[in-house]
Amino acid sequence: MKITRRTALQGTAGALALGLGGFNFDFTRATAQAPAVKRGGNLNFAISAEAPHYDPHASDTYATLHLAAPFYSTLLRFNLSKFPALEGDLAQSWTVTPDLMSYTFKLHPNVKFADGTAFTSADVKATYDRLRDPPQGVVSTRKATFGDIGSIETPDPLTVIFKMKAVNAAMLEHFASPWNVIYAAKDLAENPALPRTKINGTGPFVFVEHVKGSHVAGKKNETYFKKGFPYLDGFKGIFTLQAAAMLNAVQGGQVLGEFRGISPAERDRLVQTMGDKIRIEESSWTLNLLVCFNVDKKPFDDVRVRKALLMAIDRWGGSQGLSKISTLRSVGGVVRPGSPYATPEAELVKLPGFAKDIKKSREEARKLLKEAGHENLSFVLWNRNLAMPYTPAGIFLVDQWRQIGVTVEHKQSDTGAYLATMNAGNHDVAIDFSNLFMDDTSLGLAKYLSVTRSPENRSRSKDEALDKLYDDHMRERDPEKRKAIVRAFEKRLFEQAYQQPLLWWHRIVPTHKTLMGWGMSPSHNLGQQLEGVWINA
Amino acid sequence: MTIADPSLPAAKTRPPNVYVDFCRQQPLGAVSFVIIFLMMFAGIFSPLVAPYDPLTIDFASLLAPPSADHWCGTDAYGRDICSRLIYGSRTALVIGFTSSFVGSTLGAILGIASAYFGGRIDDWIQRFVDILLAFPLIVLALVVVAAFRKFSVGGVDVNLIVAIAIPILPRVARVVRSAALSVRVMPYVDAARAAGYSHTRIIFRHMAPNVVAPYLIMLTAFIAQAILAEASLSFLGLGVTEPTAAWGLMLSGNAADFYRQAPWMILFPGIAISLAVFAFNLFGDSLRDFLDPRFKL
Repeated sequence: MKITRRTALQGTAGALALGLGGFNFDFTRATAQAPAVKRGGNLNFAISAEAPHYDPHASDTYATLHLAAPFYSTLLRFNLSKFPALEGDLAQSWTVTPDLMSYTFKLHPNVKFADGTAFTSADVKATYDRLRDPPQGVVSTRKATFGDIGSIETPDPLTVIFKMKAVNAAMLEHFASPWNVIYAAKDLAENPALPRTKINGTGPFVFVEHVKGSHVAGKKNETYFKKGFPYLDGFKGIFTLQAAAMLNAVQGGQVLGEFRGISPAERDRLVQTMGDKIRIEESSWTLNLLVCFNVDKKPFDDVRVRKALLMAIDRWGGSQGLSKISTLRSVGGVVRPGSPYATPEAELVKLPGFAKDIKKSREEARKLLKEAGHENLSFVLWNRNLAMPYTPAGIFLVDQWRQIGVTVEHKQSDTGAYLATMNAGNHDVAIDFSNLFMDDTSLGLAKYLSVTRSPENRSRSKDEALDKLYDDHMRERDPEKRKAIVRAFEKRLFEQAYQQPLLWWHRIVPTHKTLMGWGMSPSHNLGQQLEGVWINA
Repeated sequence: MTIADPSLPAAKTRPPNVYVDFCRQQPLGAVSFVIIFLMMFAGIFSPLVAPYDPLTIDFASLLAPPSADHWCGTDAYGRDICSRLIYGSRTALVIGFTSSFVGSTLGAILGIASAYFGGRIDDWIQRFVDILLAFPLIVLALVVVAAFRKFSVGGVDVNLIVAIAIPILPRVARVVRSAALSVRVMPYVDAARAAGYSHTRIIFRHMAPNVVAPYLIMLTAFIAQAILAEASLSFLGLGVTEPTAAWGLMLSGNAADFYRQAPWMILFPGIAISLAVFAFNLFGDSLRDFLDPRFKL
């Protein structure tokens, strides 16, 4: 049969009509047949890492959040069905002055902590005071993002007012951060470090037990302030540190999902073996792996060494290969590729470490190492022992650096020891991560500020020029000018080569089709309170 | 009945050759020795024998099936599996031999000392051995490797060697003690005591050489177990780390994700482990049959 232009057009139109028709039909049917919520039951889900402690303020690993989020509430939160729109959590309503200098929150009445203490505005104040100015011995990982709060007032038990000392255009989003869970003022007064070891929140579930290496369990909070929620009687987060164990658990129905994300090969295996019983949702991910040099250690105090090591990495080739076997996918700068402030590829390739002519780039890298007197450099690459995607990233980096004559010993460790080593500055070079819950640059760039301002800067660099660019971009309201400052920040960061994104992740989440009410988003930090989740069994 | 004629020249008798005798009496042992020799050769001369660098990633050849270019195919990173097997024999032998040697030697010393001193010292040592023997080899190795912080010397994982050596120690101690008990009552040991020699001299100069046969047999047999333990620990993520070429490690990681698509990723390392364990076990058995006079009756 001869295919003419006309038949091709007709065919295309027909296919589109069929496709759209089919889609509409399915959608309508799905809406019409949306099953009624079933209450009760216990949800088992997999957590692929053990939490180092219980305090989300001091953490940037999902292992803490997936364990703790169901027990806590935040002031605001992201509405995942209209992402990135916000909705109230503990805040019933809120107002912002036109100059963005004052935020007033009206809080839900009759809210209680798990231990029976009544929740008031004093708890919000105590929590945010801890976040922006942590007492001695307490870590506030995202402290830099609260630097613009001038004072916190509590005119009555159900009103809290944040007075700003400078404009922060993304302040409302920071109030919705899943990490900023509200603690009881009484607990913090007793011991500011208490949340590391004790859970007492106002969330939809009440803490039952945490058996290390096994599981965390929660039961329904009977006094939860949102009437009718949660749907579940309880949940159990089961630690499945081996990917194979997690997959077997999903496949066998011991767990109904893994909410962080799995690799393409793991997805294919589940789809092949479970057919239409498994639901797969995919999205780009507000998460990247970073190559992080400890600038306090020699020879990584030398910018030539750092830059040479970054220039030896073939990100473009790596992205093609690694995306087939791991959750690593997109090449990008400090902002998620594809998001409004992301650096276009044409500009990115001009930055150190992003050149497409890898042969030339590696020649320059060798020259830089020779100049620095470190032609036969050897060091330890510190990494997390999570198979996906830390191990593939480690294997890839070792190979890339061998190609310029650098010898690397790859060491992997449990999440707790991995973070403790990096936080104490005991690493030479590490594979770190930037775990974001939104694309706003006020959050994304904070990791690269001087270590005195940002505890999550594990390169331990101190750079006033970067700090100033960050502050300038926070005050800038013109999007184009703000974008220009972000570009300048990125250029400075990569020229100094303290740390640099390796690749951005791609999120693939498997859940049983009986699991309902859970929302997919570009961040695995969001939607983990589980209040709207139910089981259609 | 014939009587030898003294006028005839005496029949030529060849001097006994222990290697030829071993091959004649233990043909399977000889075959296993050849396998072990090939493994050792591949391990020592890996850079000359391996067709590719075992760590070089080649995304263009990702999961390639066995072919003339890649005899055993490639893995999920496009690394040549044949080269990784050859380099992996180095890891298996270094860790297998070192941990077996350390465990067997310390076990032998403990066993001889236990037999020699007897009394309360023997009781204490044997109760300690009983406690260690209560744990299966792999379980005890798991506990040790998880309990101690990882450290390596010259690229060799010392923690792993210690973890595998400790479970071997009591097993060898028990066997060597039983052999040493019969040596202890020999007149030459009494004579050495009477001559006023030190305990150390009696143990190392007079008793140890007489229990060397069971020691050697145990040492060889435990190399196989140590190789298997190393592979198991690496498979469980507690042994050597990627990208080191190690057989157990080649079976874990993303081999579990791709084994349906690329069965050669698990087939060849599996064969290598089985062959090595089979060869060392068979060689150990053959050596026992060859050296132990009771098996020649």
